[in-house]
Amino acid sequence: MTALPDFRPSRWAPLAALLTTSVLLTACGSGDDGSGGGSGQAKSGGTLTFAVGSDAGCVDPQQVASNDTIYSVRQTVDSLTDQDPKTGKIVPWLAKSWDISADATTFTFHLRSGVTFSDGSKLTAQVVKDNFDAVPQLGALGTLAEGYLSGVKSTAVVDPLTVKVAFKQPNAQFLQATSTHSLGIESSASVKKSPQQKCSDGVVGSGPFVLKQYVQNQSVTLARRTGYDWGSSLWSKKGEAYLDKLVFKVVPEAGVRAGSLQSGQVDAISSVGKANEAALKGGQVTLQNRANPGVVFGLGLNNSRPLLKDTKVRQAISAAIDRKQIADTVFPTGTQPATSILAHTTPDYTDLSADLALDTTKTKSLLDQAGWKAGSDGSRTKDGKKLTLTISWFPNAATNQPALELVQQQLKAVGIDVVLKQLPVTQFATTLQSGDFDVVWANTTRADPDILRSSFSTQLANFYHLPASSLDTALSAQAATTDTAKRKQLVGESQQLIVQNAYDVPVVELQTQLGVSNKVHDLTFDSGSRVQLHDTWIG
Amino acid sequence: MRRYVIKRLAQAVGVLWAAYTVSFLVLDFLPGDPVSAMAGAGMDSGQTDPAQLAKLRHEYGFDKPVLVQYAEYLGRAVRGDFGDAVSTGRPVTSTLADALPQTLQLTGAALLLAVVLGGGLAVVATYTSRRWLRQLLLSLPPLGVSVPTFWVGLLLVEAFSFKLHWFPAFGNDGLRGLVLPALTLAVPTGAQVAQVLAKSLLTALDQAYVETARAKGADRWRVHLRHALRNASLPALTVVGLLVGQLIAGSVVVETVFSRDGLGRVTAAAVTTQDIPLVQGVVVFGALIFVATNLLVDLVYPLLDPRIVVASDRRAGFA
Repeated sequence: MTALPDFRPSRWAPLAALLTTSVLLTACGSGDDGSGGGSGQAKSGGTLTFAVGSDAGCVDPQQVASNDTIYSVRQTVDSLTDQDPKTGKIVPWLAKSWDISADATTFTFHLRSGVTFSDGSKLTAQVVKDNFDAVPQLGALGTLAEGYLSGVKSTAVVDPLTVKVAFKQPNAQFLQATSTHSLGIESSASVKKSPQQKCSDGVVGSGPFVLKQYVQNQSVTLARRTGYDWGSSLWSKKGEAYLDKLVFKVVPEAGVRAGSLQSGQVDAISSVGKANEAALKGGQVTLQNRANPGVVFGLGLNNSRPLLKDTKVRQAISAAIDRKQIADTVFPTGTQPATSILAHTTPDYTDLSADLALDTTKTKSLLDQAGWKAGSDGSRTKDGKKLTLTISWFPNAATNQPALELVQQQLKAVGIDVVLKQLPVTQFATTLQSGDFDVVWANTTRADPDILRSSFSTQLANFYHLPASSLDTALSAQAATTDTAKRKQLVGESQQLIVQNAYDVPVVELQTQLGVSNKVHDLTFDSGSRVQLHDTWIG
Repeated sequence: MRRYVIKRLAQAVGVLWAAYTVSFLVLDFLPGDPVSAMAGAGMDSGQTDPAQLAKLRHEYGFDKPVLVQYAEYLGRAVRGDFGDAVSTGRPVTSTLADALPQTLQLTGAALLLAVVLGGGLAVVATYTSRRWLRQLLLSLPPLGVSVPTFWVGLLLVEAFSFKLHWFPAFGNDGLRGLVLPALTLAVPTGAQVAQVLAKSLLTALDQAYVETARAKGADRWRVHLRHALRNASLPALTVVGLLVGQLIAGSVVVETVFSRDGLGRVTAAAVTTQDIPLVQGVVVFGALIFVATNLLVDLVYPLLDPRIVVASDRRAGFA
C-alpha cells in the first residue's frame, strides 16, 4: 500500500501551510524551549497521541490496506515472522523457526510456546490454521491477505506447536508475507466472526497493545498488554511495551495535522507533504522518512500499444526523464529518484542508476532509429503521425499531478507530446483490467521482490501486456527458490531485464514521511515503512 | 388547514422520491462501481483478481439490470432499509444514525449562532442612526457570504487553537470542541440571515403601521422590535428553512477541517468510494431533514400570518 488517499489535503495543503508558516514566524520569537533534549534513559508510561489523515472504517489488521490505519491496528497483532528493515532478512517472532521445502511449496513453522491472546486463549498450531483457512473468505477488503495465500492447498496441524502450509505452486514470497500485518495472527474466536464484524468490533490479537476503543472517523485507542513477553526478535526492549496508551486521532486536513503537532496537541503525525515541511522545520519536531519498498512510482507502459511495442521508443522515453528533478521539485525532502524498478528499501534491490540516467542525446538517436523524425517545431512524426502518448493518472496522492506535469515538459523537450488524462481513483482497477491505456502512473508497495512477478509476469494478470520472454523464466525461478543468493541473482536479473528493455519506466521512489515531536524516542519504521511502537517511549 | 397540511405532506413525499431517483440515476451514469472502487482504493494491492471482483459484484447485485436494481433498492428504501454500506459492511441506517447526533449538534449550534449574530447585526444596523456604523455593519454580510468556509475554519483554528490554545483543533469532544466549527459554519449562514432580515426591516420601517405606532408615542426600540421586527421576520424565517440545507452541505467542509465525525464526513467518504447504498442513504436522509424543516416552517407560517392559509386554500379551490 502506498501512503495513500489523502484526497482533500491536496487542495488545501498549500494554503494551510502558508497560514501555519505565517503564525510560526511570529511564534518563533517567543522561543518556547520546552521539553528539548531529554534523550536520557528510556522509561515506561505515558500516552502517545498520533494524528493520521484517514480512517478506513475497519480495525481488522487482516483487512486494512491504508497506512493510516495500519499504524494503529498493526500494534494489536503479532506475526509468525518479522522482517529486518535494514537487511530484508526474515527473523523469528511468533514462530521461533521454520523449514521450507526445496521447491518452496511447503512451509513448516515451529511456534513459540507460552503465547496468549488478550482473551486468555493460547496460541497453537490450530489457531494459525484457523487464521489461514479464514483469510481466503475475507472478501473485498481482504485482497492483500488473500493474495499472499493465493494458491494455498492446505494448512495442517502437525503437532500443537507445529503448523504446515502447502501451496500448489512454488511460492517463495510466502515467508515474507507471514511477516506482514495482513497475515497477523488473531484468536480463533476472532477469525470465526464475519469480516464485517471484525472490521467494526476489532479483533483479539496477541500483540503488545490491545484495542480499547474505536470511534469511526474519530479515533483508535490502544492500551498496553500486560504480561506481553513474546516480542519480535528485532525489538530492543524485552517484555511489555513502554507506553501505557496509544491514541490515534483522525485529522484529515494536512495543515491542521501540522499545526496540531507544532502546538503540542499531538505527538506525531502521518503523511507530511512537501507543503508542510517548512511549517514544521525548526520547531520541537523531527521529520522522519523512509522509502516504501516495492515497485517505485513510474510510467506503467502498455507494451501492446503499437507505439510502445517498439523497444527503442520505450527506451527513448526512459532516457528522456530527469528523475532527480522530479524527486527534488515535487516530493518531500529526501525522496530519491528511482535507481531501479524496485525501491532501494526492497530486499534484493539492484542499483541500476547508470541505466536510468538522463541522456537526451540517446533519446534523440533512438527515436531517429525508430523512424520518428523531428520536424521544424521539434515534435516528432512518423508517416505523418505525431508522436503522442496519453498518461492516465489517479488523484490518490497530491504529488501525482505536479510530477506528471514535469514528465510532460521533459518529454516535450525531446519531441514527445504527452496528454495527461485524470481518472477517478475508483477507475484504477477497471482501467488496468480493460487494458485501455497507453501509460498509467502507479506504484506498488511490498517488501518482497516477488512483487515484480505479480506486476510483470506474463503468466499472471499481465496488466502491462508484456511479451513472453526470458523475464518470465527469471521471475518464476525466483519464486521457486529458497536459496537466498540464487534468489538475489534472479531478482537482479529480472530488474535488469525490465529496466533495460524499458517494459516500465521507473521514475521516483515513494517516501513515507512522519512528523514526530522531539520528546518521542525510538519511533521506528518497520520493513514496510510503517511504524513499530513497542520500543517507543516518551521523555 | 387540513387541506394545507395534506398538500404540503404530499409535496414532501414527492421531493424525497425525486431525490432518491435522481441520485440513483447519477450514480448509475458514473463509470465504475463500489467494488472496483474498493479494489482501486488500494491502487496497488498487486493483482486484483477480476473473477473475485465479479463474484463480489454479484453478491451486491451490481450485475443486475439498472431498473431491477432501482426497483429493489426503492422497495427496500420505502420500508426504511437502505442495505449495507459497501465500504464498511455496516447497515446504512445505523451508520447515519450514529453520525446524526454529531451533525445535529454542529448544525444546531451553528443555526443558533447564525440567528443570534445575524439577527443581532441586522437589528443594530437598521436601528443605529450613525451612518458610518450602519454602512460598516451592512457591509459584513456580503463578506461573510463570499469567504470560503474552509478558509474561515483554518483561520479560526490557527488563531484560537494553535496560537492561543483556547480550543482543540480537532475532534468531537464536548462543548469546547464545538465552538470553532459552529462559528465557522455560522459565518455564511448568519450573513444570509442578516442580509434578508436587514432588508425586510428597512422595508418594514417605511410602512404606515410604523408611522402609526410612532405617532401613538411608542419609543424607537419598541417600534423597532415589537412592530417592525415581527413583520420583518417572515422572510427571514423562510430563509432559515432553506439554510438548513446549506448547513448540512456546509458540514462536509467543516467536519473535514475540524476532524469531526458526522454526516458530512460520512458523505465525503461515501462519495469518494462511490458507495452507492451509503450515498443514497445520505441523499434521502438529507432531503428528509430539508423537507421536514421546510414543512415545519410552512406550518408555522399560518400561525404568524393567518393570511397565508387563506391564500393557499383559495388557490387550491381554483385548481
